[in-house]
Amino acid sequence: MSESVVDFDVIAKILQKHKNDPSKIIPILQDVQKEFRYLPKDALLYIATTLNIPPSKVYGVATFFSHFTLEPKGKNIIKICDGTACHVKKSGDIIKALKKRFLLKDKKVTSDDGFITVETVSCLGACGLAPVIVLNDEVHGDMTLDKVMKLMDDLEA
Amino acid sequence: MCINREELVKLKQEMDETFSSFKKRVVLCGGTGCMSNGGDKVYDEFLKVLAEEGLDVTVDLKKEDKGKDLSIAKSGCQGFCQMGSLVTVLPDEILYTKVQAADVKEIVKESIKSDGVIDRLLYLDPRSEKKCKGVKEIPFYAKQHRLLLKTCGRIAAESLNEYILNGGYLMAAKAVLEMTDEEICRDITESGIRGRGGGGFSTGLKWDLARKEPRVKKYIICNGDEGDPGAFMDRSVMEGNPHGVLEGMMIAAQAIGADEGCVYVRTEYPLAVERMNKAIVQAEELGVLGNNIFGSGKNFKVWVMEGAGAFVCGEETALMASVEGKRGMPMPKPPFPAEHGLFGSPTVINNVETLATIPVIMAMGSSEYNKIGTKNAAGTKTFAITGHVANTGLIEVPFGTTISEIISDIAGGVIDKDGKINNDAFKAVQIGGPSGGCLTKSEWDLPVDFDSLKSVGAMVGSGGLVVMNDTTCMVSIADFFMKFTQDESCGKCTPCREGTKQMKSMLEDIREGNATPETLETLKDLGKNVQLASLCALGKTAPNPVLSTMKNFKEEYDAHVNLQTCPVGECEDLIEYDILGETCIGCTVCARKCPVDAISGEVKKIHEIDQDKCIKCGVCFDVCKFDAVKRG
Amino acid sequence: MSENKQENFFLTVDNIKVPIEGERNILEVIRKAKIEIPTLCYNSELSIHGGCRMCMVELEGRGLVASCSVPPVDGMVIRSNTKEVRGIRKTVLELVLANHHQNCYTCGKSTVCNLQQLAKDYGINNIRFKRREKESPIDVGLCITRDPDKCILCGQCIRMCSEIQSVGCIGFGFRSSDAEVLTAFNKNIDETECVGCGQCTQVCPTGALMNTSNIKDVWQYLNDPTKTVVVQIAPAVRTAIGEPFGFAPGEVTTDKMVTALKAMGFDYVFDTCFGADLTIMEEATEFVSRVKNGGTFPMVTSCCPGWVNFAESFYPDFEKNLSSCRSPQEMFSSVIKSYGPKMWGINRKDLKVISIMPCTAKKEEKDKDKFKIEGDPNTDFSITTQEFAQMIKECGIDFRNLADTPFDHPFGEKTGAGVIFGSSGGVAEAALRFIMDFDENPPAEHDFAFKAVRGMEGIKSAGIELNGQKFNIAVASGLANTRKLLNDVKAGKVSYDFIEIMACSGGCLNGGGQPTSKDRDYKLKRMAGIYKNDVDQKLHKSQQNPDIIKLYKDYLESPGSHEAHHKLHTHYEDKNLKKKYGVEK
Repeated sequence: MSESVVDFDVIAKILQKHKNDPSKIIPILQDVQKEFRYLPKDALLYIATTLNIPPSKVYGVATFFSHFTLEPKGKNIIKICDGTACHVKKSGDIIKALKKRFLLKDKKVTSDDGFITVETVSCLGACGLAPVIVLNDEVHGDMTLDKVMKLMDDLEA
Repeated sequence: MCINREELVKLKQEMDETFSSFKKRVVLCGGTGCMSNGGDKVYDEFLKVLAEEGLDVTVDLKKEDKGKDLSIAKSGCQGFCQMGSLVTVLPDEILYTKVQAADVKEIVKESIKSDGVIDRLLYLDPRSEKKCKGVKEIPFYAKQHRLLLKTCGRIAAESLNEYILNGGYLMAAKAVLEMTDEEICRDITESGIRGRGGGGFSTGLKWDLARKEPRVKKYIICNGDEGDPGAFMDRSVMEGNPHGVLEGMMIAAQAIGADEGCVYVRTEYPLAVERMNKAIVQAEELGVLGNNIFGSGKNFKVWVMEGAGAFVCGEETALMASVEGKRGMPMPKPPFPAEHGLFGSPTVINNVETLATIPVIMAMGSSEYNKIGTKNAAGTKTFAITGHVANTGLIEVPFGTTISEIISDIAGGVIDKDGKINNDAFKAVQIGGPSGGCLTKSEWDLPVDFDSLKSVGAMVGSGGLVVMNDTTCMVSIADFFMKFTQDESCGKCTPCREGTKQMKSMLEDIREGNATPETLETLKDLGKNVQLASLCALGKTAPNPVLSTMKNFKEEYDAHVNLQTCPVGECEDLIEYDILGETCIGCTVCARKCPVDAISGEVKKIHEIDQDKCIKCGVCFDVCKFDAVKRG
Repeated sequence: MSENKQENFFLTVDNIKVPIEGERNILEVIRKAKIEIPTLCYNSELSIHGGCRMCMVELEGRGLVASCSVPPVDGMVIRSNTKEVRGIRKTVLELVLANHHQNCYTCGKSTVCNLQQLAKDYGINNIRFKRREKESPIDVGLCITRDPDKCILCGQCIRMCSEIQSVGCIGFGFRSSDAEVLTAFNKNIDETECVGCGQCTQVCPTGALMNTSNIKDVWQYLNDPTKTVVVQIAPAVRTAIGEPFGFAPGEVTTDKMVTALKAMGFDYVFDTCFGADLTIMEEATEFVSRVKNGGTFPMVTSCCPGWVNFAESFYPDFEKNLSSCRSPQEMFSSVIKSYGPKMWGINRKDLKVISIMPCTAKKEEKDKDKFKIEGDPNTDFSITTQEFAQMIKECGIDFRNLADTPFDHPFGEKTGAGVIFGSSGGVAEAALRFIMDFDENPPAEHDFAFKAVRGMEGIKSAGIELNGQKFNIAVASGLANTRKLLNDVKAGKVSYDFIEIMACSGGCLNGGGQPTSKDRDYKLKRMAGIYKNDVDQKLHKSQQNPDIIKLYKDYLESPGSHEAHHKLHTHYEDKNLKKKYGVEK
C-alpha cells in the first residue's frame, strides 16, 4: 500500500468535532471537503473504518450528493446557474461556449491542465440577476456571452 | 441562562426608546441581487461618508445608542431585484433605486442631513412615466400584500435587537406560557394556513397529528432545502428574517412537544446558513432558546444542517434520511413522519415560509389571517417571479390574485425579444418549477391558489414563477425540466429512475428530429405511468411539465415531429445559421461577437460560419444589422 | 408500528374476502387469497424498499398504492387487476428490461430468473424504450460474480448484506439513472470486506449476482486421464440438489448424487459428513481440553468460512475464542491429499480433490495459502450445489430416475452427527453428542437429540450439565444475529461456554450456493429433511464412526494429537478493516 496523501490526524480531528457520530456523516464530509477541496479516497475509507460504518455506505453518500466531489477540482471554479430563470435567459449557451473553450465534455468538468472547473449548478437563488455565474465565489449577474468571455480572457491573462 | 417574559418586554421597550430617538434610518437591501449589484460597496461608502460628515451612526442597535443621529441597517431581500441596489430612507419613506457608491455622498447630503429627495434616483414607472417616491407609489409594491416579507425588508437581518424591537419572540412567549399544545394547534388550524412547501396540507392538522403521538422525543424540522430552480423565497426569508424562522419553530415545537429542531438549508445558500447559525447563537445568548425557555421548564435547542446538493431532499423522508447520514432516498409512506420520523421519533417538517408566517399569524390573530386569501387557501404567498418580465424579484400576494395581476401589474409586464414591455409576447408561465406545469394565455385571468392550479395541471409548489415570452421553445423547456428531474431523481424507484430517463430521451429525439408521431404517444403514456407509479412526489410530478406543454402547445410538438422544425428556432439540431453572401457587407460584427470564433471573414468581404464550431447561440443572427444571417 | 393482528379482521381483494392475521402489509394478505402480486424488490425477510413499483394495487379511497408499503386495515377493498395496475406493471417491466442486458441464452440465471419469468407472465412482447447502452465490466470474484449490466437496482442484495448479514460491502452509489449497486469505489468484490457468504446471489432476482462458476475447471480434471479425481459432498447438498429436478425441498437424494458423480467420471465419491464427524472429534476434544486446561471461553466454532472471514474482519479480538479446527471440507481434503497418494499409489500432483458445497465462501476458503502445500491446494476446486445441478444437466442425466449408489471407501461411513452439520444448531448438537459421553450418566443411546438448539431461530441457547458442571451453549445463524450475540458477550450481558456460528440464516441448508427456491417454506423443509436423514442413519455420534476410528488408528493417533494438529487445525489472521484498506495512522 502506497503512502497516503491524506493526513489522518486532520480527519480524526474533524471526526472528533462531530463526536464520531455516524449520523453526522454529511457534515463530516463537508468539513473534509473544505479541508482538501475534494474527498480523497483514503479519507472516506478512514472515516468509514473509524466510525464503524461500511465503506460502501460512505461511498454511497459521497456519490449521492452533487456537492461532493471525489476528483480534485481546478484552480479556478466557475459555476453557471442553470436554474429555470437563468435557463430561459440562455444560460445554456454560456455553458456550451465555456465547455468548447476549455475542451470539456459531459462529465469531464475540469480542464486537463487543472486551470478551471466548469460546473453547472441548479439554481443559486439569484434569479433576479439571471443569467448568473459564480466565478471563484464571486457572483456575476446579468451575464451575456460577451461578458463571460471577457471574464475568461481576464482570468487567463 | 433564560430570559423571562417581563425581561423581554422590557428589552423591547428599551429598544423602542432608543430607536425612536434616531432622526433618520437608512435601510439597504442586503439581498443577493443587490449585493452583487454593488450593494456591499454602497454600504461601505455610507459608513465612510457618514463618518466623514461627523454623524453618529448605529449599525447594530443597542440601548446605549440612544440619542445617536441615525441607524443604518442591511436588511434581507426587499424583492425589487431588478432595480438594485435599493436604499430606503426613513421616516421619509424614500426608496432610491439603482444606487451606486458614487451616489452616496449626495444621498447623505440631501436626504439624511436634510429632508430633500433626489429625483434622479427615484424609480420611474415606465407605464405612467411618473417618478415614484416610495413603495406606496411603486406599482411593484403597491399591489402586493407583504405580511411576511415586510419584516425581511425592514430590519437588520443580523440584529436580534431589531427583531425584538418589532415584537420578536413575544409570540413564542405567549405560546409557551399561555397556551396549551392543543390550543396552538387549533389556533393555527383555524387560521387556515396550508404548507407552503408544495403539498399544501393544513399546517395545524399536521401539527396535531404529531402532538397526539404519546412519545417523549419529538423533532421539528425547518425545510429550507429550496431546490426548485427558479425559486428563492425561502432563501430570502432565512437571510432576511432568521429569527422569524426560529420563533416559528419554537411555536411549532411547543405545539407538538418537541425539544429539538433542525434547520435544513441548501448548501448553495451559504449566507442563509451563516445567518441562521448566527441567529441561533444570539437567541441562545439571550436565553429564548435552550433550557427552561421563559422559565417554563421546557427546553428547545436548534441546529443547522447544511444540505449537500440533492433536490429530492426537499421530500420529507429523503430529508430525514440525509439528516440521519444516509443517502437522500425517500421511504414509502406510511409511516408518516408525524408518527415515525427523524431517528424514529415523531417529527414535523415545515417549510421556511410556513414557519416564519406562524408568529405573524399569532400576532394578528388567526381569524384576521383567515380573512386574507381565498376560502380554501388563506393568507398570502410569496413568489419568486423571474424570466421575461420587466421586474424580476420576490413578491407576496394574497391567494386568489390572478396571473395577470402578478405578471402585468406587479412584475411590470412581459418583456419581448427586443426588451420592450409587451404583454402580447406572453407565451407561458411555469408555476411550481419542475413539478409544476406551464400555464398559457387562456389562464391569464386564473386566480392563483392550491386548487385552481391543480385543476389546470400545475401546482403552487414552492412558488417559482417563470415567465416566458414567444422566443421560448416549449419542447425545449419540457426537456430542460426533464433533464433536471432526471438528474435529481434519487434512483430508487423504477418509474422515476428509468421513466424520466426514457422521457428525456424521447424529448431529445423530438428536438433532434428523430421522432415519429408514435414517439409522442409513447411519451404521453409513459408520462402518465410515471405519475401514477412513482414512489415520491418528485417522480409523481416529474411528468407535469411535459404533459402540460404537450396539452397546451400541441402544435409546437407536432411541428418538431412532423415538419422537423423548431418554430422559435431554439432546438439546435433543427436549425442552422448561414450568412447570405448577397446581403453580407463584411462589417465583421458577427465575427467579433461570436463567442466560439466560428465566423471567419475579412473586412468588407463575405463572412462564413464554420458549422462544426457553431454552438447555435444565435448571437450573429441578433447582432447583424443587415439581416444577412439566415436561420433555417 | 402498531400491532395489526386482530381477530375477525378482513380485507377484500378482487371480491375475495381474506382474513388479516398480523401481516405487515396488504401484499402478504393478498397472496393468501392465491392472487400472485408481482414483485421485484420485495422480500418478506428484508425491510421494505418500495422501489420496483410492480406490486401496485388500487385501494378504495386511496387510489394506487404499493401493496408492499401499506399495512392492512379491516375493511379495505382492493383491486389488483385494473387497467391502471396492469398498465403500470407492463410499463415498469418494459423500463426495467430496456435497461437490462438481455442475453438470456447465455445467462446463468436463465429459467430461474424472476425478471424473465415476469416478462413472460405479463406478455411483454415489445419494448418501446431505448435499450441500455452502457456496458460495465463483469467482476468475477472467487465466490461471487457481479454483472452490473443485469442489475435492476431492486436492492435486495444490499438489504441482505447489511440487514441479515451486517456486512454491508455493497450499497447504492450515485443517483438518478446513474445509480448503481456497487462496492466502495467499485473495487472488485474480493478486495472488500465481503465474507463470501453468497446470500446476495440467493436474493438477486436476475443474473447480476451469481455464484462464480468453476464448472469448467472441474471438467478439465475429469477429462484428464492422468488425474485421479476425488469428490466430497457436503451434508446440506443432499437436501436441496433434488429441487432443480422436481423434488421438493428437503427430499434427500444422497445415493442418486453418488450415481450421477460416478457417471460424470469421478474416481472416488466421498461424503463430507465424514469430514464433519472428524471435525467433531477434534473440536469437541478441543473443548474438553479447554475445560480441563482453562482455555479461552466461549469457544466458538470455526467450520463456517463465511463466519471465519467475518470474525477476522470485524471481531479480530475473538481470535483466541475461535476453535483451531479447520472446516470439514479442509479437514477432509487434507486427509485425502495426505493419505490418498499412498493409499492409491499415485503422486499428490495427480490427485485432485473437488468439493461440492452449499456454500460460496468455500471457494475462497480453499484458496487460502494456509490450506495449500507448496502451492498445491488441498481442495482443488469447490463447486456449489447450483453448479453441481448444472453439471448433471450438462450430462443429460435424468436425476429424478437415477438408481442409488453407495459412497466409496475408506471414507464412506458417516453418522447422523455429521449429517446435521447442514443445519444451524447441528454442529453444537453433534458436539454435545460427543461431550455427553464423558458424563458419569451418559444419555441413553436412543436419546441423542438435543432439540433446544434446533430450529430457524436466529439465536438459540441451551444449558447442559456435565458431571455436575453447568455449560451454556449458544447457536447463532445469520451474521447480524452473530453480531448481536457477540456484542452481548463482549458487553458481558450474556455468558456462554460454547458458541456455534453459521453465516447463513438456518445454516448451510440455506447456503449461498444452494438452488434458489420459489417455495416460501424451503428452509424449514430442507431442515426437516436433514433431521429426518439423521434419524435414518444407523449411527448418530461421530465417535462411533468406524472409518473415523480406523483413520485415527492408522494415521492420526488420537484427537488433538500432534499429527492431528498438523493436518486438521489452523490459525487466524487479524484482517481488521483499517489494515485491509491501508488507512492506519
